[in-house]
Amino acid sequence: MPALQITNLSKTYRNGPQALKGIDLTVESGDFFALLGPNGAGKSTAIGIICSLVNKSDGKVEVFGNDLDNDLLGVKRHIGLVPQEFNFNQFEPVIEILINQAGYYGIERSDAAQRAEKRLKQLNLWEKRNTIARNLSGGMKRRLMIARALVHDPRLLILDEPTAGVDIEIRMSMWEFLRKINEEGTTIILTTHYLEEAENLCRNIAIIDNGMIIENSSINVLLERLQQEIFVLDIDTAVSEAPAIEGYSVTLRNAQSLQVTVDKASGLTRLFCALAEQNIEVLSLRNKQNRLEQLFFEMTRESRSPVEESAE
Amino acid sequence: MNYRSNVWTPFTTLVIKEFNRFIRIWVQTVLPPGIMMALYFAIFGKLIGERIGEMDGYAYIDFIVPGLILMAVITNSYANVVSSFYQAKFGRYIEEILVSPVPNWVILAGYVGGGVARGMVVGVLVTIVAMFFTDLQVHNYLVTLLVFFLTSVLFSLGGFINAVYAKNFDDIAIVPTFVLTPLTYLGGIFYSIQLLPDFWQTASLANPILYMVNAFRYGLIGISDINIMWAFVIILFFITVLASFSMRLLNKGVGLRS
Repeated sequence: MPALQITNLSKTYRNGPQALKGIDLTVESGDFFALLGPNGAGKSTAIGIICSLVNKSDGKVEVFGNDLDNDLLGVKRHIGLVPQEFNFNQFEPVIEILINQAGYYGIERSDAAQRAEKRLKQLNLWEKRNTIARNLSGGMKRRLMIARALVHDPRLLILDEPTAGVDIEIRMSMWEFLRKINEEGTTIILTTHYLEEAENLCRNIAIIDNGMIIENSSINVLLERLQQEIFVLDIDTAVSEAPAIEGYSVTLRNAQSLQVTVDKASGLTRLFCALAEQNIEVLSLRNKQNRLEQLFFEMTRESRSPVEESAE
Repeated sequence: MNYRSNVWTPFTTLVIKEFNRFIRIWVQTVLPPGIMMALYFAIFGKLIGERIGEMDGYAYIDFIVPGLILMAVITNSYANVVSSFYQAKFGRYIEEILVSPVPNWVILAGYVGGGVARGMVVGVLVTIVAMFFTDLQVHNYLVTLLVFFLTSVLFSLGGFINAVYAKNFDDIAIVPTFVLTPLTYLGGIFYSIQLLPDFWQTASLANPILYMVNAFRYGLIGISDINIMWAFVIILFFITVLASFSMRLLNKGVGLRS
């Protein structure tokens, strides 16, 4: 049974645009799934409908076999939502926020207190349990929302840009935590603007653009489509012009740094050999652009405005 | 899932949350009505009241105490729900409840429960304050407690509807200032409608608060300008209408779901 089955889902806002144009989407149980798209593509609308914060115009949504139209409360019981914006009472203590949330799911206060303790400890917030929420840092507030979403042990966790604005160290620890709960069986749907995040965490992906799903496959299958990659090489010897190497497009970034466009078929071995023949030793190598980012950019190019295009 | 986890636990969670909220800010919620009513009792009850003499055969302060207690219950029940629910919308933490498997009627009952809790706390406090100014007697406990409770439920529902429609903080102040306060003052708190000319006596009967104040006064001191049964019929009628309307708003997601 899929964790999420969406069929012909559409949404037209009153006096507004058609945000979703009949999308179909299936997320298998246990998956770590990325839902990507540019701003205004329809991601948050889709999530809003699944979590019953937005009324759909048409279509069908099923969560672990429970139909949104016929068994709304059954659908809600399976879902934990981490929204994009902070949506907790800023004047409540951290622990109260979790205990209350558990209570809404029918969990008695004594049991709720134990669950809250477990989740706050997992997310390194236990020391802050009696702190008023508005006094937490941005990263702590993000983690609080994850703890809150998990307090009733949902089978499907939906994260709408959970790491926006948090520093790299906290982001890494959040990735590790999310991987762990996914391994323990929680299905996760993630939207993010950090495509590195999606590439690192997710197995399957859907790209939504202009209210339509324009891509839906595994990350690996998607990345195989990438025909070229651009690498930046730091070299030990200063050079005044880019070395000419047949089959590769090499440009000079600065005296000790080269940019090389590599066709998928060419590989890197011949590049290193050719540089060595010219007495150029490579000190380090990195992708200029995240691979998924490159694909995403190409796929959604048409819908971007000229301003966004020129800015990029 | 059973009744306890589906209904009772979410309901008590909401009521406890609301109770903790207004107790946490007791200086803004509980203390002001206590001070305000002490001033009413001192100025209108004692200083001016002693010059007025008797009203319907009772000392003026004894006549106005029931209405003033009920006024505190009305304004605080209303204020609690309208401010709490609107702030939950404004801060978007109403979504905590909307994404949870809480039936809509339990959401409504929970917020009304919070309003009733504040109405009760403030009502008891004001009653205690009143006892410093006069010997409070209870003529009929059942009528007193029923009117106390049902009035609180009714105005909590009113606050809920106001909050659903409110789009900014001005919207939650307009109804209490321009509707609730005048109706309360004209609801026979300070006078018997027998003192009014015939036309205004009849016009006063269109004010639902008049029935509640008089029923509560009957419960405490045993006098009323209107038939007590009519008071209960009217209170229950308005509770039914406002509760049905609130449920309709919740089911349609007015002001909550796009």
